[in-house]
Amino acid sequence: MNVQSPPEALKPNDYASDQEVRWCPGCGDYAIVKAVQKALSNMGADPKNTVFVSGIGCAARFPYYMATYGFHTIHGRAPAVATGVKLANPDLDVWVIGGDGDMLSIGGNHTLHVLRRNIDVQVLLFNNEIYGLTKGQYSPTSKVGTRSPSTPAGSVDSPVSACVYALGCNARFVARSVDTNQKVLPGLLQEAKENKGASFVEILQNCIVYNDGVYSSFTDKANAADGQILCEHGKPLLFGKENEKGLRMTPGKMELEVVTIGENGVTEDDILIHDETNRPLALMLAGMQPPNFPVAMGVIFRDPGPAYDEAVYEQIADVTKKSPAIPINELMHKGKTWTVV
Amino acid sequence: MATQLKETDESGREILDSVVIRFAGDSGDGMQLTGTQFTQSTALMGNDLSTFPDFPAEIRAPVGTTYGVSAFQINFASHVIKTPGDAPDVLVAMNPAALKVHLKDLVPGGTLILNLGAFTARNIEKAGYKESPLEDHSLDSYRVIEIDISKMTLAAVEGVDVTQKEALRAKNLWTLGLMCWMYDRDRQPTIDWLNQRFGKLPHIAEANIAALNAGHAFGETAELPSEISTYVVPKAKVEPGIYRAVTGVETTCWGLLTGAQKAGLDIFFGSYPITPASPLLHSLSNLKAYGVVTFQAEDEISAVCSALGASYAGSLGITSSSGPGVALKSEALGLAVVTELPLIIVNFQRAGPSTGMPTKTEQSDLYQSVFGRNGDTPMPVIAASTASDCYDCAIEAVRLATKYMTPVMFLNEGFLANAAEPWKLPDTDDVEPFPVEFASETEGFHPYLRDEKTLGRNWAIPGTPGLEHRIGGIEKDYDSGNISYDSDNHHKMTKVRAQKILGIADDIPEQEVVSGNKSGKMVVVGWGSTFGAIEQATRRCQEDGLDVSHIHIRYIWPLARNLGELLKGFDKILVPEMNNGQLVTLLRSEYLVPAESLAQITGQPFKVSDLEREIRSRLED
Repeated sequence: MNVQSPPEALKPNDYASDQEVRWCPGCGDYAIVKAVQKALSNMGADPKNTVFVSGIGCAARFPYYMATYGFHTIHGRAPAVATGVKLANPDLDVWVIGGDGDMLSIGGNHTLHVLRRNIDVQVLLFNNEIYGLTKGQYSPTSKVGTRSPSTPAGSVDSPVSACVYALGCNARFVARSVDTNQKVLPGLLQEAKENKGASFVEILQNCIVYNDGVYSSFTDKANAADGQILCEHGKPLLFGKENEKGLRMTPGKMELEVVTIGENGVTEDDILIHDETNRPLALMLAGMQPPNFPVAMGVIFRDPGPAYDEAVYEQIADVTKKSPAIPINELMHKGKTWTVV
Repeated sequence: MATQLKETDESGREILDSVVIRFAGDSGDGMQLTGTQFTQSTALMGNDLSTFPDFPAEIRAPVGTTYGVSAFQINFASHVIKTPGDAPDVLVAMNPAALKVHLKDLVPGGTLILNLGAFTARNIEKAGYKESPLEDHSLDSYRVIEIDISKMTLAAVEGVDVTQKEALRAKNLWTLGLMCWMYDRDRQPTIDWLNQRFGKLPHIAEANIAALNAGHAFGETAELPSEISTYVVPKAKVEPGIYRAVTGVETTCWGLLTGAQKAGLDIFFGSYPITPASPLLHSLSNLKAYGVVTFQAEDEISAVCSALGASYAGSLGITSSSGPGVALKSEALGLAVVTELPLIIVNFQRAGPSTGMPTKTEQSDLYQSVFGRNGDTPMPVIAASTASDCYDCAIEAVRLATKYMTPVMFLNEGFLANAAEPWKLPDTDDVEPFPVEFASETEGFHPYLRDEKTLGRNWAIPGTPGLEHRIGGIEKDYDSGNISYDSDNHHKMTKVRAQKILGIADDIPEQEVVSGNKSGKMVVVGWGSTFGAIEQATRRCQEDGLDVSHIHIRYIWPLARNLGELLKGFDKILVPEMNNGQLVTLLRSEYLVPAESLAQITGQPFKVSDLEREIRSRLED
C-alpha cells in the first residue's frame, strides 16, 4: 500500500469534485453531501483511500460530487460491489450510498447481507419515502395512503422502517439523523466511520419535488424539539423544548411511553437511560412513530463485533501459516500421478 | 465397443484394446464414488481414459425409482481415446431401476452384472417392470452375472463394528473390488483414499476396505460362468511426461491461479452455489495460501458485483455459475463492459432454459454469452474443449481480461466439469508472464485514457495518490471520463467498445483445421466438449476416404480472423451442437455461409456413431 500521508488539513470543499451538481435546487442531498465533506475534513480522511460506492437513484449520484474514488454501480447492488472493494483492499475506507428504493426495495437483500456480515463499511441510506428519479412513485418506506402516479388512490401496503430493518439484519451500528441537521449529522458520520464493522446510518432526506415536507411534522424548527429525541448512550432519554418530556417503560409492560416530568408523580429518575448495546430497546426506539412518539435520532444501537473483512484475512493468514503456498507446479503434482517414459 | 485382440497375457487374462464400463445404481448407492475410484486406478495403470458421470438433480431420490438412478461411465484403452464411449460393454446394475434405465445402451452380447439382492418383488415393481427381468428372457442376449452383492457385503463386513445400514452402504466398494479383479486394477489407491477419507471413522474405513477386498476375492475364488473371464487393457502409448487424472473443475482452478500469477494479481472469487459450478468454489476455497479470497455471496448478482468491486480495487475479480445464474448476472456484466474492468465469468453450462435439467450437460449459453445483455455490450467469449483445455482457456481468459480491460466469458460445460481424463502436467514456466501495470502517472490522467494498440483503458486503483476518479454505468465522455449524454460521444464510445473486442482477433491464433484438408466437400465445425466425438467421427470418415475436415472453434467471440475464408473453402458446413443451433446462427450471420445445424438436445454427449452416420448421410445429399 502507498504510505504517502495526505496533504495537511483538507477543508470540506477540498473533498468536492469539479463536477456540476445535478440534484434539484433545494434537495436535501445538498445538505448531506456537505455534512459528509465536513465529516471527512474533520477526520482528515485521505481522498486516495476513500471510496464511495452507490447504486441507482438520486442519492446514488453522490460519488460524482466527491473528489475521492467512486463507483456508481447498478440498482440496489452497491453493498455487494462495496463488499468486493473492501475485501480486495481492506485498507480502503468504503462508503455505501443509496436511497430507500435502492437499499430497501430492489437491493434489500444486499443491505441485509452487508449488515449481518458486518463488513467494515459505512452504509448511508438517504430516505425520502419516494422514488425521485423515476418521477414520484411511492417507495417501500412511504406511509400507507401515499398518493403517487402509481398509487393514485393511495398506497395500501405498509412501509418498512429502515432502522428496524437494519436491527433485524443484526447490524451492530444503527443511527439516524436528518439531512439538514448539520450539528448532529457530521459527528454521527464520524462515529459511523470509527465503528469497526458495518455502520448503518438512515438520513431522513426531504425530496422537494415529489415529497416535500414529508418530515416537517418533526423536523420544522417549531416541531423539532417535541418531535425528535436524541439518543445518547448513558444519558436519560429526554426531549421537548425544556427537556421536560422523556421515555420510560410502561410499568408491567414491554413497551415505551412518553411521560412529562412533574406530571403524575414522574421524576427524572423514572426516565429510561439510553443503553446503546441493548438491541430490544433499540428496536423499540427505532420503531417509534409520530405523532404519538418522538422520532429517535443519534446512535440508536452500537455493539461492535468482529468485522467480516478482518476475519477473512485472519483466516488467510492462519491457513498460510499452517501450510504455506507451494509453487503451482508442485501443487498440481500433489496427489496421484504416474510417469510415462 | 470392446475390440478383442483375442490374445491372452502370461497370466491367462484376455487382452482388450479398450472397454467401456457403466456403473449404475440408486443415487444413494455411491456409483459416482465407485466410478471415480475405478478411474483413479485406471489412470494409474497408464490407460488413456474418458469418463461421463450422469446423475439426477435430486440428492437422494426415492429409493428404487428410475428417476433416482445415478450412473458413471468410463472408457479406457491402450490407445488414445477422446470420448467416454458410445455404449457400454459392461453394465453394472445395482438394482432393477438401474437395469431398466441403462440396459438399452448395453452392446449386444455385453456383460451384465446384477446385484441380485436388490431384485426384490417390490423393487422390480418400483422400477416399472410387470414381470421380473430375471425371468422373462429379456436378458438372454447378454452375458449375465447375478450376484447377491448386498448379502456378500454383509458377510464381508461381519465382525466390523458397524450397523447393518452402514455395512450395506459398502456394497459399492464390494462391486468395485470385483471390477478391479476383472480388469486387473490395483486396489491400493482406493484403500489409501478410504483411510484418508474416513480417518476419523476408522470403523467405516475398515468396513469399506473389507468389502473391497471381499469383492476382489470373490472374483478369484467364485465359480463364475465360464464365458466370464478376466481381462487386461495394456497401457496406452501417449506422450512421455508426468500424468494425473483430472476433471475440468480442477484444471480450471489451476488455470485461473496460474493466470492470476502471470498477471501479478490476487484472485477474488465471488460465487453463489449452483449445479454444476459449485465445485470450482470449493476448489478455490482451498487456495487461501495463494492469496485467493473466496466469497460465497447471497445471490448470483452479489457474486458478480463483489467480483467487479474487487477488480475495481485491483484484484482479479472472478465469478462462476451456470446458465440461470449467468442470466441473473447480466446487468452487472453490462456494468463491467461499460466501466471496462477485467472480470472473468466461468459458465458451467447445463441444460436449459430456466432450471432445465441441472445435472445434464448442454451448450446452450452461446447466445447468452455473445448477445445476452442490454445495449451493445460486446465481450470476448472462449470455450474449452476438454478438461485439459480448461487449463489453457482459463489462463487465456485472464490474459485477455487484463490486457484489454474487459469481462471475459469462459464457457465451460457440466460435462467437462465432472468428466475425468488423464492430463500431462504442464509446466507453468512455459506460460509467458503478462504482468498488469496499474496507472500511477497523474499528468494528463483520466479514467478512460486508452492504450493506442489494444484500446484498453488504464486501470487506476483506489489507494493511488492523485488518480481519484469516478466511474459507473452512465455513459462516459471519450476525452475526460466524465458523465456524458452527448449523442455523438455515445456513438463513438459504443464503436470503441466494439472495436476493442474485435481487435482481439489480431491477438489470438488463426483458426486451424484439426484434421482433414483445408478446403473440400465438407467441414464439421464444433466448439466445446463435442471436440472428441466430432474428431473421432470425422477421422473414421477420412479413413474411408471421405473428403471431410474438422474445425474446432475455441474463440467464439471474436472469431478468428481467417475463419470466414476457411469456411468458404468447403461446399458443406455441418455444425453439430448440444443445443438447438446457436454457433451455426453466428457463423451464418457473420460469414453468410450455408452452414447446417446438427442439433442434439438430450442432455447427453454426442455418440461417435451417430455423428459418423450423419456426416455420411449429409455428404451424400
